[in-house]
Amino acid sequence: MARKLPPTDVVLVGFGWTAAILGQELTDAGLQVLALERGGWRDTPTDFAPTFIQDELRYYFRRKLFVEPARETLTFRNAMNETALPMRELGSFLPATGVGGAGVHWNGQTWRFLPTDFVARSHNIQRYGKLPDDNMTVQDWGVTYDELEPHYDKFEYLCGISGKAGNLKGQMRPGGNPFEGPRSRDYPNPPLNMTYAPTLFAKAAQELGHKPFPCPAANMSRPYTNPLGVQLGQCTYCGFCEKYACGNYSKSSAQTTILPVLMRKDNFTLKTQCEVLKVLLDGTGKKATGVLYIDEQGQEWEQPAEIVILCAFAFNNVHLMLLSGIGKPYDPKANSGVVGRNYAYQIVSSVNVFYDDKYTNTFVGAGALGMGIDDFNGDNFDHGGLGFIGGGYLACWTTNGRPIETHPTPKGTPRWGGKWKKAVADNYLKQTAISTHGAVMSFRDNYLDLDPTYRDIYGNPMLRLTFDYKDNEHKMSDYLTAKAAEIAKAMKPREIKVNRRTGHYSIVPYQTTHNTGGAAMGADPKTSAVNRYLQSWDVPNVFVMGSSVFPQNPGYNPTGTIGALTYWAADAIRNQYLKNPGPLVQA
Amino acid sequence: MTSALKQALLAGAVCVAALATASRADTDFSRIQRGKYLVDAGDCKDCHTADNGKPFAGGRPLQTPFGVVYSANITPDRTTGIGAWSGDQFYRALHEGIDAGGHRLYPAFPYPYYTHVTRRDVDDIHAYLQSIAPVSNRPPRNKLPFPLDERTVMHVWNWMYFKDGAFKPDPKKSQQWNRGAYLVEGLGHCGACHTPKNFAGADENGSALQGGNLQNWFAPDLGPDLRAGLGHWSAEDVVEYLKTGRNKYSNATGPMSEVVQYSTSQLTDGDLHAIATYLKDLPKRSQGGGNSGNNTKPSVDTNVANAGKAIFGDQCAECHGADGAGEPIFFPPLKGNNNVQQADPTTVIRVILEGARSVPTKARPTPLSMPAFGWKLTDAQIAAVATYVRSAWGNAAPPVTAGQVAPVREDVGTSSD
Repeated sequence: MARKLPPTDVVLVGFGWTAAILGQELTDAGLQVLALERGGWRDTPTDFAPTFIQDELRYYFRRKLFVEPARETLTFRNAMNETALPMRELGSFLPATGVGGAGVHWNGQTWRFLPTDFVARSHNIQRYGKLPDDNMTVQDWGVTYDELEPHYDKFEYLCGISGKAGNLKGQMRPGGNPFEGPRSRDYPNPPLNMTYAPTLFAKAAQELGHKPFPCPAANMSRPYTNPLGVQLGQCTYCGFCEKYACGNYSKSSAQTTILPVLMRKDNFTLKTQCEVLKVLLDGTGKKATGVLYIDEQGQEWEQPAEIVILCAFAFNNVHLMLLSGIGKPYDPKANSGVVGRNYAYQIVSSVNVFYDDKYTNTFVGAGALGMGIDDFNGDNFDHGGLGFIGGGYLACWTTNGRPIETHPTPKGTPRWGGKWKKAVADNYLKQTAISTHGAVMSFRDNYLDLDPTYRDIYGNPMLRLTFDYKDNEHKMSDYLTAKAAEIAKAMKPREIKVNRRTGHYSIVPYQTTHNTGGAAMGADPKTSAVNRYLQSWDVPNVFVMGSSVFPQNPGYNPTGTIGALTYWAADAIRNQYLKNPGPLVQA
Repeated sequence: MTSALKQALLAGAVCVAALATASRADTDFSRIQRGKYLVDAGDCKDCHTADNGKPFAGGRPLQTPFGVVYSANITPDRTTGIGAWSGDQFYRALHEGIDAGGHRLYPAFPYPYYTHVTRRDVDDIHAYLQSIAPVSNRPPRNKLPFPLDERTVMHVWNWMYFKDGAFKPDPKKSQQWNRGAYLVEGLGHCGACHTPKNFAGADENGSALQGGNLQNWFAPDLGPDLRAGLGHWSAEDVVEYLKTGRNKYSNATGPMSEVVQYSTSQLTDGDLHAIATYLKDLPKRSQGGGNSGNNTKPSVDTNVANAGKAIFGDQCAECHGADGAGEPIFFPPLKGNNNVQQADPTTVIRVILEGARSVPTKARPTPLSMPAFGWKLTDAQIAAVATYVRSAWGNAAPPVTAGQVAPVREDVGTSSD
């Protein structure tokens, strides 16, 4: 039997990036805010100290920072005619648990989406007549790039992003990304010091007529004090970013940008080891009264709140909505309902580049250290006759040379034994790779729902993921991979190895933790779960943050846009909702 | 009681009479406000609040060389606190180190400094403390060996070492200097840590603020020495340090972080400038006195320094830089660092062993921290790297031996595997 607690103004479900931003913004507005985090407290000096954080075995291979599938997982299948099975080990993606969420172990690649990405449906139809696949459920976001620009800016200055503007208020700036939307000011920090391999990539790309630029990085190119007064140290290029936490305060995360200020506030409370099981609704089903959560001792608590904001990982937000009855569950057969609709992911491929005579020393790395091109992203190129929409960036990163994980060998090398060892030794210091980071559109039969068979540790139906790559994604990814191979050859290496993404989506090998959709935002309540302010159409005192609101997934890493959308929603709550609680958009 | 004390008491009484008019003009509220500020200036909350305890309810153990002394409950609870104390009794405690029951207090309660505080200030402090919520809490009994557990021995101590008397301004100095002196020598009781102590735990004569060792921290020299002291700090640097907890030379940590948190970060810029003015005018120390003149470069074993340099490159350079320049305001520079160059290496050993946390303040909210190395470096390795940082980049301080590391390790309770 749940025990009832005194009410609070706002309850935040989960305590990663989006909850930290909202905690800061809404306590500034004078609200009493409580965050409930299912994992534990984690902080830089106590949990991520540089004396022990660079440990591949402990952190990546033994999954120290990630969610344990034994406690929380989902079931997966490629197609609706298959039976989904539980994912018993992490693979393709690495959600987190604990304070800071997956924002603790990200690389720091912090992009803005293209202006056309936010109007993907109307723009593509306008330019190409129709979408290439009738099952495509690509949508406009209901918010524009221009509306988000100040919020992108705020997030980038919070984080101290290192980069170079390509489009400053409409003025093109040499050396930056010429395809980006106009930005109101330059990045807060200059680009990271570039390592050798990305400069070779940039030179080759330029020779081929592309427009290389330093990729935007949440790794500090210099010591930085953000607008909240929080200090981030200079990156040491140790190459332990993704899958690791930063011990040097050099990678933006909730811990390194917000928590020192937020945790001192009297009107903010964090409870760790408290997992929200359900959002509680009143008799009408139109108003949330609070949440039900379970603590470490197994005691259930009812926490009343005026506003409930779902800030958990994309899967968990959708799962909670389905379990709580917020919004109509999506039914792909009837093509009705919204919650679970428009799940998307990322499609990635790469080309390895091996030199005889050039030491690339990729162990000198940082999570977002690299040069990229955006010539083949979004609708930056003519898709006429190509048979697909969308694209992705190509980049040569030197994120790491972590020896257990990263030791590429040329084509034809055996998987083990003396020849493998020799190939590793010969190539470790003299190789690099070009990666492609492709968009995934949304389709009628890629979606999330409740599994009919498997239940989680609390006895609730697990979330079921039904997903596969479609022709659009394969064609697009092959196109990007061919462009990457072209550049790789122009880098004049001894040899290259092309790693296309072929066949069905597999949940086993690691790809990216860019799981999106399921609670899509939009202008039409028939095809979106939340409105343009990330507010539930059905239960207006519930807001949903994070990539679960993406209607489809553009060809960039999502965190920059997640941050911008969170500030956008926080602004709407502060300046519109609090004055007049209720739907911010009339359905 | 000495005749000097009688005179002082008499002077105090006159003083009270003179201030009575002014006091009456103040509202209770403004007196309480003023008292709150003075309580901050005196850093009272720091010692009088136990870990996880209620503010001012006492019970915090203070490790002295003589044993453990527990701080008193100074909330207005009538039985366990000071709720029943009169203004005169409260003044007597601060001024003479004698409590309301006539018992002599131990100088862990810094009455040898508080004796300099004016009656008006003491009365306002009393007014504030009477206004806070009473907490019933009886602190544990002190753990002192015989005969020190007899408070009457303090009679002898006081006779030998205690000079009472309200602060007397130096007419030759500026008003700002005198305000600084009043705060540093009185409420601020900076010398309680920063002045070396004699065998009886009293301030060493003629060594004021030249650095002192207590609770296995070495509180650095605040004098004008260019290496160990604040000679290279400007008055602005001192103000920034006290206000924000860090400046381009140093980040406050250890016991000083509490001083910054509870006390100096709460003070007005005017008072911080006054403190800086006074500290920047401290006299040069006499040769050989206090915390050593280490202006001649001590000889260092090359093998030890090389071993230390290698460890520094692997473990420390990431933040502090191979050139020891650090990232000022973020990760303190070790080049020219006065904490690193004290003759007594206790602090540098301790920080390597257990790490350090920069105090978070409103101005600088990030508690930038150094990790502990005690678990991964042996005594000899710590001695080598400490020796290296004390002699590299133009630094000069005596080498550190493994034998100096061991007792500090034992005290802070870290072991290497």
